[in-house]
Amino acid sequence: MATRTIRVDTIARIEGESGLDLHVRDGRVTSAKLTIFEPPRLFEALLRGRGYAEVPDITARICGICPIAYQMSSVQAMEDAFGVHVDGQLRELRRLIYFGEWIESHGLHIVMLHAPDFLGFQDGIQMAAEHGDAVRGGLALKKVGNALMTLLGGREIHPVNVRVGGFYRVPDPKEFAPITEQLHRARDLAVATLRWVAAFPFPDYERDYEFVALRHASEYAIIGDRIVSNRGLDIAIGEYDSQFEERHVSHSTSLQSVLKRRGSYLVGPMARYALNFDRLPADIQALAKEAGLGPVCRNPFQSIIVRAVEVVYACDESLRIIAAYRKPDAPAIALEPRASVGHGCTEAPRGMIYHRYEIAADGSVVSARIVPPTSQNQLAIEEDLCAVASTALDLPDDALRDKCEQTIRNYDPCISCSCHFLRLAVHRT
Amino acid sequence: MPKAERKPRLAVWKFASCDGCQLTLLDCEDELLAVAAAVEIAYFPEASSVMAKGPYDLSLVEGSITTAHDAERIHKIRRQSKALITIGACATSGGIQALRNFGDIDDMVAAVYATPKYIKTLATSTPISAHVKVDFELHGCPVNKDQLLEVLSAFLAGRRPAIASHSVCVECKLRGTTCVMVQGTPCLGPVTHAGCGAICPAYNRGCYGCFGPVEGGNTAALAAEWTRLGASPRDIQRVFSTFNAAAKPFRKESEAHGD
Repeated sequence: MATRTIRVDTIARIEGESGLDLHVRDGRVTSAKLTIFEPPRLFEALLRGRGYAEVPDITARICGICPIAYQMSSVQAMEDAFGVHVDGQLRELRRLIYFGEWIESHGLHIVMLHAPDFLGFQDGIQMAAEHGDAVRGGLALKKVGNALMTLLGGREIHPVNVRVGGFYRVPDPKEFAPITEQLHRARDLAVATLRWVAAFPFPDYERDYEFVALRHASEYAIIGDRIVSNRGLDIAIGEYDSQFEERHVSHSTSLQSVLKRRGSYLVGPMARYALNFDRLPADIQALAKEAGLGPVCRNPFQSIIVRAVEVVYACDESLRIIAAYRKPDAPAIALEPRASVGHGCTEAPRGMIYHRYEIAADGSVVSARIVPPTSQNQLAIEEDLCAVASTALDLPDDALRDKCEQTIRNYDPCISCSCHFLRLAVHRT
Repeated sequence: MPKAERKPRLAVWKFASCDGCQLTLLDCEDELLAVAAAVEIAYFPEASSVMAKGPYDLSLVEGSITTAHDAERIHKIRRQSKALITIGACATSGGIQALRNFGDIDDMVAAVYATPKYIKTLATSTPISAHVKVDFELHGCPVNKDQLLEVLSAFLAGRRPAIASHSVCVECKLRGTTCVMVQGTPCLGPVTHAGCGAICPAYNRGCYGCFGPVEGGNTAALAAEWTRLGASPRDIQRVFSTFNAAAKPFRKESEAHGD
């Protein structure tokens, strides 16, 4: 009986600390585990007793790469709890700062973290020696995303301007002049990046995922109303708990999310794209087609193309929001805290992120629950590892290890996020 | 000092943290390729699959110590590093996760995880300096990009980093921002270490202290001013108990207030 164990202690070019254990017996993969050893930071526990207004500042610190995603799901949940709805230009400004985060995060992942896998480099810096224009273009693109976040949020990492009810300060229209010019250039860079990645060599691999993403009446949802899937799920954000549950497994400080009675599912760019393709403007659909994508992409290695399509959309939509911008009368709407429960869900660059808070009458947090995208994708990642490794067992250990690491990087996993949350709904015995 | 023909070897390490401080290095979009040309990036898993063994000339350390394993790991890193610089509030003061130091860790773990026995964590979150000698501490949640580049440049030039030690108040004056306290908004600027560029007051809100305490800040006098502006004891207890909750001047002021 031949037993083979592939172990990766630290997976490079992802956010946070995790490893991989793959067990093979008699030519079959018997188990694949993404081992998350990121130390728990216990956010849900330390949020108890904090004031509602502090929450977006605190939850931002869960992840330096997607702080806006945490802030947005937090403020949406608080506003839901207090029975107010942020709409109009304030909502547009929220989408705008969120697009800045998409551009920055996707730009980083596409060029510096993911592309080296396809071109055979150990990192983006090495890759710059042969693909200088692409790397410099990617960095320039990422910089425009950061500039947008800095304009609206004060700084790119842990922005200070997002507030329950709106913002602390809203810009005058003339403040957008420099960023408008930069966004036009970013749009060109994004199209060039899309064409560059579309020509990469992709493994012939597809899987029939259950895609889960937000859905909005007219927009390619970044902030949306409904949670939908390609297998009939269609629920309000507040119904999340009725359909999803988390499991605590021994090899991880993260929890794994599953759809009740159905199992693993996928969130993130491929899910958003498959479920909201009809919400993309025709010219962006055409760019996607030119890049070799149909209306659904089931090859996780091609998620890099989908991310590039989303960056083009983010640039266009940002320009549209800025062109139509009128300064709101007040930077935030008035609200009164009350004893209640609120839910929030928005689309982080890596996939949807769900928050639920129970608030006391004095506005302090009684309990918090946060479900980040990587917890939701963890099971799908492990299933992909099994499937990809099964087709690559003839490779020597080093090459098989590389293939497994690439499979994980397809998801742009965010390990700091995925760990330390989530109250468990089910015990496995 | 490194020999002229050999590039200094840089390592970037992560402990309990959000990744934002090391991301700051990747956010130096205009300077990143120049930095990479001036040093050998020997260990930086967030950015590269190259994971070269030590010794290292400079280790940048992000994050706080919250597990027994990490408490050992930081000693190994120190032994392999000629210079060790901490980046950010977690590494310099324990970070937001140091709120656990003032609560019941078992209760906290049980609030998050259904099977607490799977979780191995310490009852405290401590800064790197509580475990090993630190050559320089860079403040901020997150650190400021320009300050990080200054620290790297200073190291390469073999000089002390030129990092201002005044308060956020001075940065507001430099920026030309009207004082928000004068307009009735409580602010931690007078007692908070400079470095962010006084962002919050420029966005019409009070500073919330994410760069930690400035040396010699009079937190008690500021707390009295907050009270005059209508802040409750609980507000004051909370605001000193965030991203630098375990830094002594903030911890003491927080403990002096409360329900």
